[in-house]
Amino acid sequence: MRGFILRLLGRTGDSGGAGADARTDGDARTDGGTTTQETAVGQSRLTSVLDSEFVRSLPFWLPAALFMGLFVYGAIGWNFVISLTDWSGLQPDPDYGTLGFEMYGQMLSDPTFITAARNTVVLLVAFTAVTLLLGLVLAILVDQQIRFENTLRTIYLLPMSLSFVVTAIFWAWMYNPEIGVINVFLRTVGLGYFAQAWISDPQFKLAAVIFALMWQFSGYCMVVYLAGLRAIPTEQYEAAKTDGASSYRMYRRVIIPQLRASTTSAAVVLMVFALKAFDFLFVLFGPVPGPSADILSVMMFREAFRSTNWAYGSAIATVLFLMALGVIGPYLYLQYTRGDL
Amino acid sequence: MSNRRETRDESRFDIDKRRVGVYAALLAMVAFYLAPLESGLMTAFKTQDAFFGSTPFAPPPPSGVTVAPWFEAWSRLQQGVFNSILLAVPATILSAIFGSLAAYGLTNVNWRGQVAVIVLFVAGIFVPYQSVLVPLTQFWTMVDLPGLLAAVPVLADRAQLIELILTHTAYGIPICTILFRSYYATIDAEMLEAARLDGATVGRIYWKIILPLSVPIFAVTLIYQFTQIWNDLLFALVILSDPSNQVVTLSLNQLKGSMVQQYNLQMAGAFVAALPTLVVYVLFGEQFAEGVAGES
Repeated sequence: MRGFILRLLGRTGDSGGAGADARTDGDARTDGGTTTQETAVGQSRLTSVLDSEFVRSLPFWLPAALFMGLFVYGAIGWNFVISLTDWSGLQPDPDYGTLGFEMYGQMLSDPTFITAARNTVVLLVAFTAVTLLLGLVLAILVDQQIRFENTLRTIYLLPMSLSFVVTAIFWAWMYNPEIGVINVFLRTVGLGYFAQAWISDPQFKLAAVIFALMWQFSGYCMVVYLAGLRAIPTEQYEAAKTDGASSYRMYRRVIIPQLRASTTSAAVVLMVFALKAFDFLFVLFGPVPGPSADILSVMMFREAFRSTNWAYGSAIATVLFLMALGVIGPYLYLQYTRGDL
Repeated sequence: MSNRRETRDESRFDIDKRRVGVYAALLAMVAFYLAPLESGLMTAFKTQDAFFGSTPFAPPPPSGVTVAPWFEAWSRLQQGVFNSILLAVPATILSAIFGSLAAYGLTNVNWRGQVAVIVLFVAGIFVPYQSVLVPLTQFWTMVDLPGLLAAVPVLADRAQLIELILTHTAYGIPICTILFRSYYATIDAEMLEAARLDGATVGRIYWKIILPLSVPIFAVTLIYQFTQIWNDLLFALVILSDPSNQVVTLSLNQLKGSMVQQYNLQMAGAFVAALPTLVVYVLFGEQFAEGVAGES
C-alpha cells in the first residue's frame, strides 16, 4: 500500500519542483496515516525528520556548501568589515575597534576612483554589446547548414580556452604600432591613415581592450546563441519563408525575438566578467593602466596589494561586489520566478 | 513556361550567391580568430632581425628561421609548467568531486528549501574574485599553513601551492555543482525511486547509479575546470609569493615584463604556457563548449 502511494507520488514528482515538495509532504503523511493513535504521531514526526530526505542528503551537499560558504560568502562579509577599518601599510591586522565609512567617503572624492568607475561602466556596456552582436552574427552564419560546422565552431571558440596572460601577450604584439598585425594590415590595404599606437594612445586604449576581449568572448556568445537557435522549431523558419519574408526580416521579426533568454544569460556572464576583468589588463598595462584604461578591478588590486591601502582596496572590492549583485540579483530572481532554479 | 524556368534559375543563382557570401564571411571570421595565433606562431620561429624586417603574419624567411626562442622560453617556464600541473590537477579533481556530491544532494534527493541553497551556489559563480582577495590573504596568513605542515618538509615547501589548491577548489565548487546539477536533473526519477523502494540508501544510490552515469559530465567539468585553473592569474598573484611555487601564468607575465622587445621569445612562451589547454581543447572541444555554455 505504502509502496503504491509512494510510486504514485513519485510519478507526480517528475513534473518539477512543486511536485517534489508534494512528495515530501506525502511521505510524512503516509507515515502519520499508518499509525492511527494520536500519541504516535509526534514520535513519528521526529523519526521522520531524522529519517527525512533532508537529513540523508546533508552529507552530500553540506561539506561543499560550508567550504564554499566560508571562502565566498564569509570572505565577502569579512571584506566588508575590513573596508570599515582604516587598515593600511605594515599593520599586521586591521583594527576592528573603530569602524566607519571613511573609506567610502574618500572614494567619492578620489578622482582616480571616479575615472575607474566610469571606465568600468564603459567597458561593461560596450564590451557586452559588441560581443553579443558578433556572437549572434556568428551563430546565424554557423546555423546556415554549412559544411565543416564543427571545425568552424572549434576555431571560433578557441580563444576562450586561452589564458588572459596568453591573449594579452598576443594582442600586445597585434597592436604594436610599427610591426604589429593590425597596423601592417591597415597599411597593406591602403588604410595606413587609420594606423594608431593602439595601446599607448589614451584615446584608443580602452577601445583596443574591448576589441581584444570581444575576440576572446564572442565564441562563447556564439555557443549560447546557437543553442537558442537550434531550440526554435524549423516550422517557424519555413512558415516565415512561405510568407515570403526575406531572410533579414525573418531573423529580425521571428527568430531574434525568441533569443531573449539566450541574450539575457550571455549578457549576465559578459557583464560580470567585465566587472572582474583583471588578468588581461594587468598583463597588458601592469598595475597602473593610466586614467584612460583604469578599471575598478585593477584599481582594487593596486590599492590593496601595491600601495597596501588594505581598507581602501576592500571598499573598492565591496563596490565591485555590489555592482555584480546588481547584475545577477535580477537575473536570479527572473530564473527563480520562471522555475529554472 | 520558359519564363518560369528562367526565374527559377535566377533564384538558384541568388541562393548560390548567398551561399558564397556566407562562406566568405565564415572564412573572414576564421582569419580574424586565428590571426593573433598565426602571427604569434610565425614570430616565435623568427630571429630578432627577421621579425623586425618581415610581415608579422608571413612565415620567416629562410635566413631568419630559429628555434632558439622555444628553448629559451621552455627553460624559463618549465618550473611554472610543473607547478601549474601540481596545482591544476588536484584542484580540478577536488572541485569536481565536491560539485558532484553537492549536486546529487541538491537535486536527486528531495527536500524543502533546496532553492535557497542553490541560489547561493549559482550566485557564487559570479562573485568577483576582487571582493574576497584581502580577507583571503589575511585568512591564509592567519592559518599559517607552512607552520602547520612544518613536520612534513615536502608539503611545507609547497604550502603556498596547497593554499592555492584549496582556494581554487572552494571557488570552483559553485560552477561544478551547477554543471552536475543540470545533468543530474535529467536522470530518470522513477529509476531512483524504484531503487529507493528496493531499500537502497541515499549513499548507495549515488555510488551504484548516479556515479556510473556521471562519466560524461565529469569529463565536461574536469576539462572546463582544468582550463579555468590553469589560466588563472589573479589568485596566484596574491597567494604565491615564493618563487619556487610560481605557476606558469606568473612566469609568463614576468617573461613579458623582462623581455619587452623580444617578441619571438614572448610568443614562444605564450605557446608553451597555453599548450596544455590547447591540447585539451583540441581533443575535447565539445566538452569544453558544454562547460562554457553551462556557465549561463
